Amino acid sequence: MTGSLEHGPPFELSFTVNGERKTVHAYPMERLLDTLRQQLGLTGAKEGCGEGECGSCSVLMDGALVNSCLVPVLQARDADIVTIEGLGAVGRLNDLQEAFLQCGGAQCGICTPGMILAAAHLLRKNPGPTMEEIREGLSGNLCRCTGYMQIFESVAEAMRRRDSATP
Amino acid sequence: MKNDRIVDSRIVGVSVPRKEGRDKVTGQAQYVDDMTLPHLLYGGTVRSRIPRGKIRKITFEPEIAWGEFVIVSAEDIPGKNCVALIVDDQPCLAHEAVNHPEEPILLLAHPDRHLLPKAVAAVSIEYDPLPVVLTIEESERHSEIIWGTDNTFKTYRMEKGDVDAAWEKADYIVEGEYTTGAQEQLYIENNGMIAAFDPQQGITVWGSLQCPYYVHKALMALCNLPADKVRVVQMETGGAFGGKEEYPSMIAAHAALLAMKSGRPVKIIYDRMEDMAATTKRHPSRTRHRTAVSKDGKILGGEIEFAIDGGAYTTLSPVVLSRGAIHAGGAYYWPSVRVSAKAVATNAPPHGAFRGFGAPQSLFALERHMDRIAQVVGLSPIEVRRRNFLKPGQTTTTEQTVREPIDLDKLLDRALELSDYRAKKDHFAKENASGTRRKGMGIAAFLHGAGFTGSGEGYLSSVVGVEGCADGRVRVLVSSTEFGQGTKTVLCQIAAETLGLPYEDVDIAQADTDQVPNSGPTVASRTVMVVGKLVQSAALGIKQTLLGGGLLGGSYSPEEFRAACQKQVGARGPFRSWAHFEAPSDVFWDDEKYRGEAYAAYAWAVYVAEVTVDLTTYSASVNDFVALQEVGKVLHPVLARGQIAGGIAQGIGYTLYEKVVWQDGRMQNGQMTNYIMPTSADLPPIRVFFEELGNVHGAFGAKGIGELPMDGPAPAIINAVEDALKVRFDSIPLLPEDIFEALTAKNEAQVSGGAR
Amino acid sequence: MRSDPADYQLVAPGTLQAVVTLLAAEAGTWLPIAGGTDVMVQYAAGKLPARRLVSIWNLSELRRIEVLSSEIQIGAGCTYTDLREHAMVGREFPLLASAASWTGGIANQNRGTLGGNIVNASPAADSLPALLAYDAELILVSVRGERRLPYRNFHTDYKKTKLASDELVRAICLPRQFAGYFCYTRKVGARNAQAISKVCIAALGRTAGVVIEDVRIAVGSVAPVPLRLAETERVLKGNPIEPSLLALARKTAVAEIRPIDDIRSTAKYRAAVAGNLLEEFLEKLGARERTA
Repeated sequence: MTGSLEHGPPFELSFTVNGERKTVHAYPMERLLDTLRQQLGLTGAKEGCGEGECGSCSVLMDGALVNSCLVPVLQARDADIVTIEGLGAVGRLNDLQEAFLQCGGAQCGICTPGMILAAAHLLRKNPGPTMEEIREGLSGNLCRCTGYMQIFESVAEAMRRRDSATP
Repeated sequence: MKNDRIVDSRIVGVSVPRKEGRDKVTGQAQYVDDMTLPHLLYGGTVRSRIPRGKIRKITFEPEIAWGEFVIVSAEDIPGKNCVALIVDDQPCLAHEAVNHPEEPILLLAHPDRHLLPKAVAAVSIEYDPLPVVLTIEESERHSEIIWGTDNTFKTYRMEKGDVDAAWEKADYIVEGEYTTGAQEQLYIENNGMIAAFDPQQGITVWGSLQCPYYVHKALMALCNLPADKVRVVQMETGGAFGGKEEYPSMIAAHAALLAMKSGRPVKIIYDRMEDMAATTKRHPSRTRHRTAVSKDGKILGGEIEFAIDGGAYTTLSPVVLSRGAIHAGGAYYWPSVRVSAKAVATNAPPHGAFRGFGAPQSLFALERHMDRIAQVVGLSPIEVRRRNFLKPGQTTTTEQTVREPIDLDKLLDRALELSDYRAKKDHFAKENASGTRRKGMGIAAFLHGAGFTGSGEGYLSSVVGVEGCADGRVRVLVSSTEFGQGTKTVLCQIAAETLGLPYEDVDIAQADTDQVPNSGPTVASRTVMVVGKLVQSAALGIKQTLLGGGLLGGSYSPEEFRAACQKQVGARGPFRSWAHFEAPSDVFWDDEKYRGEAYAAYAWAVYVAEVTVDLTTYSASVNDFVALQEVGKVLHPVLARGQIAGGIAQGIGYTLYEKVVWQDGRMQNGQMTNYIMPTSADLPPIRVFFEELGNVHGAFGAKGIGELPMDGPAPAIINAVEDALKVRFDSIPLLPEDIFEALTAKNEAQVSGGAR
Repeated sequence: MRSDPADYQLVAPGTLQAVVTLLAAEAGTWLPIAGGTDVMVQYAAGKLPARRLVSIWNLSELRRIEVLSSEIQIGAGCTYTDLREHAMVGREFPLLASAASWTGGIANQNRGTLGGNIVNASPAADSLPALLAYDAELILVSVRGERRLPYRNFHTDYKKTKLASDELVRAICLPRQFAGYFCYTRKVGARNAQAISKVCIAALGRTAGVVIEDVRIAVGSVAPVPLRLAETERVLKGNPIEPSLLALARKTAVAEIRPIDDIRSTAKYRAAVAGNLLEEFLEKLGARERTA
């Protein structure tokens, strides 16, 4: 019989999110996406497809870009998670965020958190990507609004800002 | 405001930061599923599994603790069981019969979101199936009547000149039939709604939507509540493209019914499979052209039969039909034409609004047909268009005189130059002689009317407000919604420019029917042009109030304005100025004959596609795309480019990738793995260029541009594919499997000595 | 999301030994889950029959690549990204490195594993033709120890393999014997990224002059299992590459494969494209020799 009204999730597990240690109570097969959104109130990661195709649920897990809708939360135990809320400093946008604002990389915004994380991940692994490499690096993040042109321009602009920043 | 050219503009014409952009890039923007309320229940929908039949029996299987669930049926509807729109034929919940797969029958709610799918699956419904109609051809045969007396939601007949005389004079009569398939809007954020009910305050809904007042009207009728007891609030909306024009009324109705019955707030969020299978898609279409052409390639007249598949209920089909019929003659001069248009019923979920709204369908047919005419007459696709382009002073198919100095010839010249058309065509002709790739170039020339058709804007009677606030800032009050296209940004630009204020000093209210007037739906590419112009007027009204009260001089600094506004609010409270739409006196429209000034403004475009067909895999891909359009005035270059590029991407998807696989009226490939939209790796560089002629009817000279880019890609691409392969394709989507079949058939015909 | 997490158990014992012990103790009850890029999709769609899962994600015994003199042993828990980033895999087994780059987007490559691709056993899986072409061998492990079997025999029917209910794939062994071979691989999907393949080919060839000395051709999505085209290889070996041989090879290959119509494509299209890819491989193999 159904009736999860009678008992709560039995597992306690901890991981780091955006630099802070968090402890949650969850069923081990709860999706990391749902843990982040519902238990931790980090609603920047979105569910667009539930099958790992659209990338709007992307987060960084131990430095790797992953689709959080496909990660059972148990597998995130002791992991280092970064969400869109963890990019940039408080009150200050990072280069990618500034660039997306300047170049029209965000229209409706629903793909934007995942897209920016994917771009951040790309630039971390490959600081000087060609246009082809940018296309490939973002090919797991679907955008229905922009046609991708201004997203690529945003990434290129972010690289310019980074390279011209005084150390 | 007579000024249709920007002089000394500081903000309009500049790419200012997106008003809500910061929230979007930091993940702070609040979409409906990000919102929660205390004691929230989650809702799910029990839907029909058959395309048509009578409901015989409903069984609630015993494995579910039904006592924990809220259950709503048609009998719980306080008002009218319909989703009020144009014709009230669509039930909110099916009662005795169903007319399409996925038709909603029952609603369930429970505090645990995870229990809904199991519960929905545990409702067993037995049906007595009825015969089914699945295509336009089956519907028009009338062997089974599934709607009204003849399966026909709406017809239009437009006549200009003497078509029958044209046949006599024709040197050629060119015929063609062109078809387009359904297309899923595929906004990345699925449909969702939250509803709350309070016996004193009434119903409030928060959701992903384009038209708060459409939802408002629908809920009033459904819940039997007066206007001030229904409140609709738009949350940040993750893409819409028309897919959230009418459908949100349905899901809002469902959430509202559950909220009313349970006394608790209810959230319904579709997952991707449900959204794809159950909600609206672009109308499939069939267009038949029969054209009288002179020996020098001029159109003398013609008949155009335009038919669209509306699905099971009327919804917006009459309006889609209207726009498709009006655009069926495109950017050419027709001395005479007869357009017969019909929207017919099938047992599929109702088709609905999708960017372009009938025009992509009829313009696909026309622009393919122009290439056909070119072949028959022995002209190039370029030349046949030149000889037929509309010129200022000539009339369109609805006998609207072209009054602006549009020069389509020059637009075409520029597009050909930007795309390097001639050199590429020559080069490809040589290259195509060998190798495994065939390359081709294709063009499309077209127009798109902005705003509601004919008397539509007058009927809407939009109202816009601008408010002076206590802190000296100014706030725009409109029901026009932001869903990526830049509504908030551009309307604030317009107000700021009008008042001489910095962009940062202007805000825009959330689209909440308790706070904003009805400025009409956010559709039909009308927001900047029509609503923006009203924002201008209302902003001037604010200035007038301050000037009239002696708080402001004729010329002033932003600081002075702020101080004056603060003083006014301090003395008299927040003050508002309203602007009401008045139909321009020079817009004449006959609703019966469907003749006259169909749209207040047209944008004009020439698109050029370069395509490669790989003969190893039979796949066609677009390698370069040039989009040149005349749009009145570009108010925000980055946003405008973004709109065009995004629309073209959807157009490329419509043409080469996005196929809805139907079986018995139900979409079979309702997942992102199987419904193929282009990724970043599939799209070419999309090169966007503008020309600006201004527009007296639009804010700062702007015309609507949101839907224009949807019309050109399909015919330009298919024209290019034909150029590459010398095989005719008249149907989209065109998949590699289709190209393979066609090439195989061609080879077999040649091998067996058949027609060359 | 159509499944209720409350209905599922997921345990993560943390070592390979503990996992295989669990699999043996309750044989057939526990479904191993690595990166989840297949299992979690089924789960979200409400279509996962298993209720008890055991995590093998990031087990150090499974996620390593050992380079021996005669072969390379790729741990079944290696992700596609691990494969792409390993210089030697790229150098000596480019068919596999290419397949890894085609599987999903970057996020799915960071989680999907080679072992998962094999055990999920979809005939459309991207890396399986490469493994067939390279004559891979699998090391399977259970409480009973390890056994080694040729990958060629591993798939028995649609989504059925020789894996026992208490076994895991521990490693995939690729012989280091393909220096000097010409490699060709191509995936045909509905779009350029994130596409389930309609046809996929992985091929290796070695020639003396224009005569084919050795050739290996494997194709995906054209049969219930990924296929080595043994008959086609037989008609090719020892013969000079010329148009008549290509025609014969195509004819033989089309007879060997058993493509179907499904939601993604048609049998006729798959057969035609498989033939085209085969010809393209052979033409390039021949052209290489002529320019050498």
